[in-house]
Amino acid sequence: MAVLGIGLSSILALANKKLHIFEDPRIEQVDDLLPHANCGACGFPGCRAFAEELVAGDVTPGACPVSSSECVATIAGLLGIEAGAREKRVARLACAGGKNVTRMRANYAGLSTCRGASLVAGGGKGCPWGCLGLDDCMAACPFDAITMDENELPVVDEDKCTACGACVLACPKHLFSLHDVNHRLWVACMNNERGAAAKKQCEAACIGCGLCAKDAAEGLIEITGNLAQIDFGRIEAANMDAIQRCPTGAIVWLDKEQGPIIGAKAVEARQKAAAKAAEEAAAAAAAKQETA
Amino acid sequence: MAQNFVLGHTFSHGVHPPEHKKGTRTEPIERLGFAPTLVVPLAQHIGAPAKAVVAKKQEVARGELIAEAGGFVSVPMHAPAAGTVTKIDLALIASGSMAPAVYIKVDPEASQEALEGEPFDIEAAAPGDLVGAVQQAGLVGLGGAAFPTHVKMTVPEGKTIDTVLANGCECEPYLTCDHRLMLEQKDELFAGLAIALKATGADRAIIGIEDNKQDALALLRDSVPHGLPIFVAPVKTKYPQGAEKMLIKALLNREVPSGGLPMDVNVACFNVSTLAQMAALLPKRQGLIERVVTVTGPGVRKPGNYLIPLGTPLQFILDHVGLTDDARQVILGGPMMGPSVSSLDVPTTKGVSGILALTQKELDDRPKQVYPCIKCGSCVEACPLYLNPSLLGALARKEEYEAMEQGYHLNDCFECASCTYVCPSNIPLVQYFRIAKSMNRERKAAKRK
Repeated sequence: MAVLGIGLSSILALANKKLHIFEDPRIEQVDDLLPHANCGACGFPGCRAFAEELVAGDVTPGACPVSSSECVATIAGLLGIEAGAREKRVARLACAGGKNVTRMRANYAGLSTCRGASLVAGGGKGCPWGCLGLDDCMAACPFDAITMDENELPVVDEDKCTACGACVLACPKHLFSLHDVNHRLWVACMNNERGAAAKKQCEAACIGCGLCAKDAAEGLIEITGNLAQIDFGRIEAANMDAIQRCPTGAIVWLDKEQGPIIGAKAVEARQKAAAKAAEEAAAAAAAKQETA
Repeated sequence: MAQNFVLGHTFSHGVHPPEHKKGTRTEPIERLGFAPTLVVPLAQHIGAPAKAVVAKKQEVARGELIAEAGGFVSVPMHAPAAGTVTKIDLALIASGSMAPAVYIKVDPEASQEALEGEPFDIEAAAPGDLVGAVQQAGLVGLGGAAFPTHVKMTVPEGKTIDTVLANGCECEPYLTCDHRLMLEQKDELFAGLAIALKATGADRAIIGIEDNKQDALALLRDSVPHGLPIFVAPVKTKYPQGAEKMLIKALLNREVPSGGLPMDVNVACFNVSTLAQMAALLPKRQGLIERVVTVTGPGVRKPGNYLIPLGTPLQFILDHVGLTDDARQVILGGPMMGPSVSSLDVPTTKGVSGILALTQKELDDRPKQVYPCIKCGSCVEACPLYLNPSLLGALARKEEYEAMEQGYHLNDCFECASCTYVCPSNIPLVQYFRIAKSMNRERKAAKRK
């Protein structure tokens, strides 16, 4: 027994020497410093793979959007490389159709996920492009950066968002995309319908009227497929003038503190619509009372 | 006659949902009038969408070509009625998305005679010409899948077809359109089979009919034309007997390999409606412009089998047959596999075999609470493809979608819903599988980018 033990252990010892693979010890050190969110935002499959690329010198630590600046500086110091440029990017939702403004065309009663709903006749939302509001993005976000507001529309916390892209993949309507955090002018709509038809589906739909394009710097906004589209190459020229005359509030200014700001015209239109709805509700209630 | 009543061939596993066919099985096919505006989506079939060849304000005759095939796996569209093209624009389709469609305002004055092309001599035509003519006719599988028929008829080099199957099972509850068609258009069905035999070079054809349609079985068996190698075979009434793979298993005891096609086991399978339309359209080179649809369900006042022009909005059809006040849900196709619609503006397309209206009562009867899986194995015994729905469901809950595909044959599931039907815990298994397939598709698309 003892001989067998010594024999086998010497084989193991030999194998350990013979089959040893050298690994740069810095990979382990760098990996320890990374956040271990394994979110994939850097473009590599997990933190370990990113650490290997860092040590190989193919990327700079700044490419990790989750690590703090101190952490990035530490890694850069350890490896003796530059920290690299850090562009803060965030996920942006191209829909403003909360349940306060969008009509419903059917009542969906199945599995309560957006993807499930979208596979059953596109869900119940009146706008075929719009957000279904069943929280798939919130569930997919590994950083708790997405919350649902009172109108069942997701809100992205710019500080927490690392642009990992989990929500981009999760949304069955493809409403999320990753953008530079400084892109403040934003079209919160994907509806390709013509004006009247789009308005029928959602009060906050882009009707393709082109007022924003006229008020903005030349070439910044273009109308294609009945929808305003921003040329992000010219985003430097953007200012709040573009949103002021939008009749529906589809084009917004994403303020860091206040959230999406809609133009004066849209505010007016929303107030009118709310007043009308209240009036109709009151009339309906009165009629009901009369019949009773 | 006695042999009609022996226990039919079948596959193992499957389920027995209530049939609900009594309401319409004796109703003769009735022609429905034209809606004021017809909406013809350019993508009514599996494959590339058709390309519109008409312009706004153009006048079209009934049966005129309005869109040509967008590739090999694609078919052309024909005008379902004479009238004017008002626009080519987005329209809401059954999947809930917006897709390009040709809008035709029907001209009430115009002659609604279907346009006839040059006569086509089927007897003299080569198999390749027949296949081309089938594509030109815009034919797709009318059983519900809407897969272009000519693709199934094209036998690639190195493969042979020895048997053509005509699928007259109609295993979905409520639907009776194929049943009526077999009773009323038997000559077209046989003529269609003769075309399919010639085009594929098969030696024999078998019409498979579920044994709950004894009248159709007897009628077809007694009237098979002389000289044609056509056999009529009863199969057991069981869901999903009408699925291509299950019918092949039942009649020929051949198994289509995982990820394969019927062609891999030398079979071509067509729905009986498709074959009947083939025989009706080909001799005059006409296009598919209408189909038989069973409009039924507890929410319908006048259920029946209607010959409906393609592109007719559901609202028009349901106005004609009358909805009860408590009708709440409309399903296209049968209740097992048919998708619900979210709007009655959706037009009838080539793949719509039934329109089913359910009432508040059926919705209330539906189990609401989902319980955990108790590992009873009912779903394993129900799955006609020998998958393990219970395990797949557990993986789906953990969002292990790639493992479902790679390790457990998710993509072989054709979503017959037998597992969901038998699950005592009301787990929406098929819904999970559809989500999983959809996520896998998107992941692959994202990776390609």
